[in-house]
Amino acid sequence: MRWVVRSIVRFASGTASNRKSSQRMEPFFFWVLAVGLVASAIGLVVFRNPVTCAVCLVVTLVMEAALFVTLEAFFLAVVQVIVYAGAVMVLFLFVIMLLDVKEEARQSLPWAKVIWVVGIGGGAVIGVPRIASVFPGAGQALHWGEGKGGTSAAELGRLLFSSYGPLFLATGVLLLVATIGVVVLCRKDPEA
Amino acid sequence: MILHAPDLVFLAFSAVKAVAVALVVLTMVPGSVTAERRLSAWIQDRRGPNRVGIPFTNIRIFGLGQGLADAAKFLLKEQFVPASVNRIYFNLAPILAMVPALVTVAVIPFSPGFDLRPIAEWIAGFLHWDEATVQAFQISGVVANLDVGLLFVFAVISLSVYGIILAGWASNSKYPFLGGIRSSAQMISYEIAMGASVVPVFLVTQQLNLGKIVEYQVQNGWLALPHLRGGVVGVLTGLCLAFSFLVFLVAAFAETNRLPFDLPEAETELVGGYHTEYSGMRFALFFLGEYAAMISASAIMVTLFLGGWSLPLPWLNGLPMPQSVFGWALPAWLAGQGMPWWFGFVSVGVFLAKILVFIGFFIVIRWTIPRFKYDQLMNLGWKVFIPMAFVNIFLVAALVLARA
Repeated sequence: MRWVVRSIVRFASGTASNRKSSQRMEPFFFWVLAVGLVASAIGLVVFRNPVTCAVCLVVTLVMEAALFVTLEAFFLAVVQVIVYAGAVMVLFLFVIMLLDVKEEARQSLPWAKVIWVVGIGGGAVIGVPRIASVFPGAGQALHWGEGKGGTSAAELGRLLFSSYGPLFLATGVLLLVATIGVVVLCRKDPEA
Repeated sequence: MILHAPDLVFLAFSAVKAVAVALVVLTMVPGSVTAERRLSAWIQDRRGPNRVGIPFTNIRIFGLGQGLADAAKFLLKEQFVPASVNRIYFNLAPILAMVPALVTVAVIPFSPGFDLRPIAEWIAGFLHWDEATVQAFQISGVVANLDVGLLFVFAVISLSVYGIILAGWASNSKYPFLGGIRSSAQMISYEIAMGASVVPVFLVTQQLNLGKIVEYQVQNGWLALPHLRGGVVGVLTGLCLAFSFLVFLVAAFAETNRLPFDLPEAETELVGGYHTEYSGMRFALFFLGEYAAMISASAIMVTLFLGGWSLPLPWLNGLPMPQSVFGWALPAWLAGQGMPWWFGFVSVGVFLAKILVFIGFFIVIRWTIPRFKYDQLMNLGWKVFIPMAFVNIFLVAALVLARA
């Protein structure tokens, strides 16, 4: 109990008054959020009602945003909620409800597929860090949150438009191509 | 235990502020419901609910007691749950409709801050507090001082769709479902226009922190009003920002589902829209959510464009400040330098007064302008406001470059 209160106090006072005291993430928040995140992610796969799955995904995304907050990446957390939880998932729900997806509710879990997915996912969890560690500069974190003055958003913007400029542009073009692709694929010819 | 006294002071005052802000919003809700009924009656040439005052007395206070009576009625009514609803989401939806509106208010600065250090020093004489504890009594005028405050507001607003869409779906009934689908499409569309309309504010103030945006306005003038300084570039920037304010205002009407954009609950077409199947306190939560959203939308508009807690003084927007009025010398803090300690409390009143003006505006518009058709709503959002807001961003960016 005392540990819980202490970590709440340290986090609250650290984020608001002096930044120095909460440089590392408080374990209490990490465990609560991590357990909640994994639980809702499992729920997303296990539940058969599509609306419940979508709501589970929303909870997962919000929990992930909260984890970003404990890492003091406020901008990332907020953008995560705006883009994924606030816009993408609402459209998901919209489509699920409009199409009235109900068949899934009667099927049981396809266990063979589940085993495959768990196997590949487990392999990725073990394998990806090993592959990533080969690349130079893998161990160095990107400390844009705690730099020289200014809001973290301003620094992130500077990074995106200077050193990551070409990648940022490429992502933009990719999204534009995807949007045009959707319009082309879904367009019904009024003549036909 | 690493519980320092300054941290405890900070936590205690944060808790007090959080409770106070929530209470103020929740008391403003029944007040604005009554105001809405009285104003609508005035517009329609009726009397409206003007009888209920303080219980067990004959004091009427303009019918303000009506809100209490309504609340008691909602609490005592049967909480009817139709047979084939999805129970979990049916119960969850009213809560989800209520919470975001209350959370938004946490990051909105309602005052420049309260300097209670003189009182703390007086108490410190008896209780032997150290200097750091006394310094902690300089309290900020916002519950949570977030650097990404404005984006946090948008994040929370974007979550407020879930309450309505889940209510519509969980009710397992056609009219609520149509209302929920309509509202999700409408709120997503206008969120884009709303988001695009505040980008000029970032560009001009170079801030995301709402407190600092207000401070910028204290120094340089309110953003929604025409700026009279800075030559042609300054005036043009002011005009662009006024247009931003217009777009934000219209989008706020759509986001809070108020007339002329109240299609999710259009009574003539959808019975009651997404809350048709709700009764008692569950319905009241939707009602509370709508009015709380209206209050927080007003608070955001006041903070972003109308100077937040600052006084409405003409020289903030570039007119020369007079040395004296009727022989009274004007103090320098009226121009934004060095506020006296009591101004923190005055400014709360100023802020609330501005919010009340906006609520009155919301209400008058509701009873003046007829409802849009759905295609008109979508055309206005996607074909008019979103392109114009984007053009506005580029204009303001060019003007900011020209000034630099």
